[in-house]
Amino acid sequence: MFQVYLFLFLSCVALFSAMMVLLSKKPIHSVLYLTLTFFALAGHYILLNAQFLAVVHVIVYAGAIMVLFLFTVMLLNLNKEGQFPKTTLVKIIAAIAGGLLFVVLIGSLKSFDLATVSNPAVSQIGLVKNLGKTLFSQYLLPFELSSILFLSAMVGAVMLGKKDKE
Amino acid sequence: MDIQILYKSGLIIVILLLSLVIAMYATLAERKIAGFFQDRLGPNRAGIFGLLQPVADGVKLFFKEEFMPATADKFLYVLGPSLTMLIALLGSAVIPWGNTLVIGNNVFPLQVADVNIGVLYVFAVTSIGVYGIMIGGWSSNNKYALMGAVRAASQMISYELAMGMALIAIVMMSGSLSLHDIVAQQHGIHWNVWYQPIGFFVFVICAFAETNRTPFDLPECDSELIGGYHTEYSSMKLGFYLFSEYINMFISSAMIASLYFGGYNFPFLHELGMSHNWLTIVGTFVLFAKIGFFMFLFMWVRWTLPRFRYDQLMRFGWKVLLPLAIVNIVATGVIYELFKK
Repeated sequence: MFQVYLFLFLSCVALFSAMMVLLSKKPIHSVLYLTLTFFALAGHYILLNAQFLAVVHVIVYAGAIMVLFLFTVMLLNLNKEGQFPKTTLVKIIAAIAGGLLFVVLIGSLKSFDLATVSNPAVSQIGLVKNLGKTLFSQYLLPFELSSILFLSAMVGAVMLGKKDKE
Repeated sequence: MDIQILYKSGLIIVILLLSLVIAMYATLAERKIAGFFQDRLGPNRAGIFGLLQPVADGVKLFFKEEFMPATADKFLYVLGPSLTMLIALLGSAVIPWGNTLVIGNNVFPLQVADVNIGVLYVFAVTSIGVYGIMIGGWSSNNKYALMGAVRAASQMISYELAMGMALIAIVMMSGSLSLHDIVAQQHGIHWNVWYQPIGFFVFVICAFAETNRTPFDLPECDSELIGGYHTEYSSMKLGFYLFSEYINMFISSAMIASLYFGGYNFPFLHELGMSHNWLTIVGTFVLFAKIGFFMFLFMWVRWTLPRFRYDQLMRFGWKVLLPLAIVNIVATGVIYELFKK
């Protein structure tokens, strides 16, 4: 019962802060609400018995990526309304792009069979030991390939950073 | 089960109060040690040996005028110091303060949460520690505060990496992410510091940078930035910022002691012939003695070394500490494979 209340609370926080990301006037508030959304999602992961995923989620998204977001927004001082002129064309393009994403989400939700979900709280795959064993035995190749992907992203970032020195 | 829940709640309250009291007296200790290093007495007016000085400081901060800049973002301005304090206190949850106490049939571990990802939890807490400073610095709407906040953020992000790399070597050696297991494996004198000297140095240096202590106190570099991220803060809000630095120091010292110096373990603990419960109590005192030593180290360094220049700080973090930590991981892996027990 306690878990249900927690789930409801976290869901409310997640939905509210996700809405506020869109509705906030100041960019910096949007970034902070997005961080709050990530924390609520991390709470959901813990409820699903995926502690490792939860803590990595916090480290990577809340601890690194959102700090960099905040950093950029602060340095550019994007704090005035109407700083980005919204022409009709931009609005139409945004509406079409958002609408397409919405259709994709609806489609994926429709094809998802809700009845097959077993009780996720008893699943042990999210615990770090089981996850590590699965990753390093069953999915070793994809794991190593994704590390190469990260390496190339890092090299790319260094290249971009060095560009204006020449 | 009920008695366990009660016990855990009690333990949480005790640890919370203990962190606050230790941080309070750390401020006095810092001033006394500064006095000693500079050949003066330090505070000695309030109470004997100035023992009431922290109380007097607290009362002073409470009754000072609250000032909020007119252009500040009101909500975020209050959120900044609150968040800093909250995150500073979060770290104590996974530290094993001692072994177990056995009373009747009940086993009481002196640790709030023995989660199997303890090390990562600590890492997550340090990585979100930057929010309080950034929010406070930005919302004051002051260029010095903003510069201080930006410096703090880039410094903390840079040194987190090397810190994480140093932690990975420890995790590789102990084969567990749980702080309880890591401490339990350093039985007697098998402390990790003997096997991980490089990792230890990297970790301690990064801990200095993460707590914004000298020689890494650039975020509040007075000569360039007035007061850094808390320039616009006054009264107890400023107090929270200053105070959380001491709590961070306490938690970092506890982390260093648990990860590298055996936590509650001490040599010859079984030759003493004491019962399990007494050993646990002595172990806890030993842990606090170790923590005290590291807190003294923090202060010792502060009153000995000058501050880094900003470019030196960045170069040191990225070009010295990070490669060193990565080499340490590789070396640990190779040596571990060669001398597998």
